[in-house]
Amino acid sequence: MMIATFLLLAAAMALTVIRLLRGPSLPDRVVALDLLGFIVAGMITAAALFADQPGLLDIVLVFTILGFFSTVAFARYLEKRRFDDD
Amino acid sequence: MIEWIAAGLALLGAVLVLIAGLGILRFPDLYTRMHAATKASSLGMSLLLLAVALRNPEAMVWMKVLCGILFLFLTAPIAAHLLGRAAYVHKVPLWEGSVADEIAGNYSDDHTVLRGVARQSGTDNLSNTQG
Repeated sequence: MMIATFLLLAAAMALTVIRLLRGPSLPDRVVALDLLGFIVAGMITAAALFADQPGLLDIVLVFTILGFFSTVAFARYLEKRRFDDD
Repeated sequence: MIEWIAAGLALLGAVLVLIAGLGILRFPDLYTRMHAATKASSLGMSLLLLAVALRNPEAMVWMKVLCGILFLFLTAPIAAHLLGRAAYVHKVPLWEGSVADEIAGNYSDDHTVLRGVARQSGTDNLSNTQG
């Protein structure tokens, strides 16, 4: 069960990294980065479950909050940015 | 028994996150990708967190897990909305098979001012359209 969970999360991470590298526009990359943060938080949650260390949940909460704020900051930056460079 | 339920929930959550990854790789344009990434990953993360709470049924753990899930469901739509609007303002193209674009025509020509808002408050920058 543990190995399957981590393998699935790692596969999701690989797919997301492909989109992050390939993404035709900058917003695509930002969406991929957002999802990457979620996947890392999910991996830490799985570690908390299978290593029986619920203290790791604090890290998950902080990671989620950081991911949200970074996405909001990216969105603001994208809106304010000039149009010429993509 | 409860361990197996928790492990099953974690596995289901991982499958959902994998679906989000598949969606973000395979869907044709930014908006559909965002739809896959936001929803599936929120539910997957919630299931993973619930699995931890089931495995360690203490008040502190339950509180952290419920706070995490609440925060996730509060912030994921906000982040997706902001990103989607930023992308639309910058004219990221829709998939050619899209059937509806309800904002089309409501933005000014350079896609920086919403018309309905611009009429009331002058032609300032985007900060006026921040809802």
